[in-house]
Amino acid sequence: MSATSATHDPGGTNAPREGPDQPEARRFRFVVRSRGDRVLTGTAAGLAEALGLDPLLVRLGLAVLTAAGGVGIVLYLTLWLLSVEPDATTPAAPTRTRPRNLQIAAVACIVAGAMLILRNVGLWFGDALAWPVAVGAAGSALIWARSDEADRSRWARISERLPGNPVVSVFGGRVSPLRVAGGGLLVAAGMTLFLVVSGALATARTALLAVLVTAVGLGLILGPWILRLAHDAGEERRQRIRSEERAEIAAHLHDSVLHTLALIQRSEDPADVAALARRQERELRAWLDHRPTPSEQQDLRGAVDALASRVEELHHVTVDTVVVGDAPVTEHAGALLLACQEAAINAARHSGSPRVSIYVEADADGITAYVRDEGAGFDVDAVPPDRRGIAQSVIGRMRRHGGSATITSQPGHGTEVQLQLPRVTS
Amino acid sequence: MSPATPRTRLFLVDDHQLFRSGLRAELEGEFEIVGEAGDVDQAVAGIATLKPDVVLLDVHLPGGGGATVAEAITRRGAAPTRFLGISVSDAPEDVIGVIRAGARGYVTKSISPTELADAIRRVHSGDAVFSPRLAGFVLDAFRGDLPTSIDPELDQLTPREREVLRHIARGFTYKEIGVRLNLSAKTVETHVSSVLRKLQLSSRYELTRWAMDRRMI
Repeated sequence: MSATSATHDPGGTNAPREGPDQPEARRFRFVVRSRGDRVLTGTAAGLAEALGLDPLLVRLGLAVLTAAGGVGIVLYLTLWLLSVEPDATTPAAPTRTRPRNLQIAAVACIVAGAMLILRNVGLWFGDALAWPVAVGAAGSALIWARSDEADRSRWARISERLPGNPVVSVFGGRVSPLRVAGGGLLVAAGMTLFLVVSGALATARTALLAVLVTAVGLGLILGPWILRLAHDAGEERRQRIRSEERAEIAAHLHDSVLHTLALIQRSEDPADVAALARRQERELRAWLDHRPTPSEQQDLRGAVDALASRVEELHHVTVDTVVVGDAPVTEHAGALLLACQEAAINAARHSGSPRVSIYVEADADGITAYVRDEGAGFDVDAVPPDRRGIAQSVIGRMRRHGGSATITSQPGHGTEVQLQLPRVTS
Repeated sequence: MSPATPRTRLFLVDDHQLFRSGLRAELEGEFEIVGEAGDVDQAVAGIATLKPDVVLLDVHLPGGGGATVAEAITRRGAAPTRFLGISVSDAPEDVIGVIRAGARGYVTKSISPTELADAIRRVHSGDAVFSPRLAGFVLDAFRGDLPTSIDPELDQLTPREREVLRHIARGFTYKEIGVRLNLSAKTVETHVSSVLRKLQLSSRYELTRWAMDRRMI
């Protein structure tokens, strides 16, 4: 049988029978395309390896099935789609140096020969079906058979550039236009052949049939491409999102937690360590709650938290904050917050209390804030006028913005500053 | 506490071993620590067997959270165990969730050892313990008047209760609040307990929403 020797030759003389050893990849996918033993794509050899058969038998079987109405080609393409490339790191068997075009011509001859033989023997689906399908399949294979890595990466680039329009990306991208044109021509020829031979061209149903056949042809051309593209694109997007998320988290942890931990290791003052830890805790919590960072705070709650951590950091006290209700941070509210901060700093500096409580409540009437410590306290009336700097700045600031401030203190009983800002109706 | 009275029997529930041993070291002198647990199942089993007076209950626990523990024990009834919620969490749904599951109070983990011991004693004696933060949450939840309410008595705070809560939020102790508002310490305590009851039973939208966030309903 001439077909046998012809098939045997490309696979047999130059490559080892068993194909390369690829136990790793074989565990996941049932067909790994052979790197060394390949006539077209290595799929047949890969399948033979998976089944434990001689590649020659597989190729012969495919050829026979091709003759039987082109089933072999469809099967081959399906297997090729399902198969995977051999891992680049696994050592490949010696690759052949013969030009690819020759290989393709050889396979075409083998298939044609096998078909002729089978036709003579009588194992045949009929001329009207087998030949057009064979021609069409050859065209499709010509377009879609991925020849090498360079082609693959080029296609990937194109698919990224024009994800929505495969036809344009194929033709506009000028990817081997000869192959696309030749393949398309073959597919079209197969379709026409089918129509002419089956005599459908003459009948009234021609149009319908033509549309149907065209659709099948288009599916044959674009199907595998779209399938693969969708799969690759989805996988790529998932991986990109994953890595971006990871990078963002890593960047955040690096800027915040790691930085703080480094500072804590170098710090010897327990109060310092506590302040650092509390600031970090506050920040991490805000981040976990998806609240914006203090610098971009727009709501009252966040702004109070931010000022509390500033005071904690600068003066090594614990600042407890409770905020009820919420309000936009307008110019006036900003003034109240500044006054609040002044009062808290004052308490931290002079009261000797390790803890300052800030309570802010926003309601329909306006904003009220209390800054309280349980420290030394002082006699409000006894403070000489020239020493009232901070008190005046607090009170003065509140007045300028239409509010008021009251300071309550008693020696030994702590201090409380009350700030009030009426709601502006304008 | 005089040596004659039996020491409060305390049970610790927290999934952080390190934090549990820290609590143990801080509280051992004053309380009898009968057991500890790191997850919901251990906690429920331990509390059911040991019947402690007070359980210091972490809100975040593997296997359903602290609220699950409080609910499971309360459902069994009988044991006079009281719960005090404790957590690093500032999220209102955590706090409200554990209170509505039956806890008598809530404190944050940054509380000082003396204050914590005081809170445990208070919970043991049947009082409610409101940290400034919890008071803030309650004021937030009960903000505004409800135009229509099924049970106005439960769904709204009285002006007096509001005033007491504001003082707690500002950082005053119950005793200081009594002095400032001209009330006896007992009356302040009554107001706080009344707020706790409303917090547990009210059908106010905010509270049910928070409770639902914790899958309490």
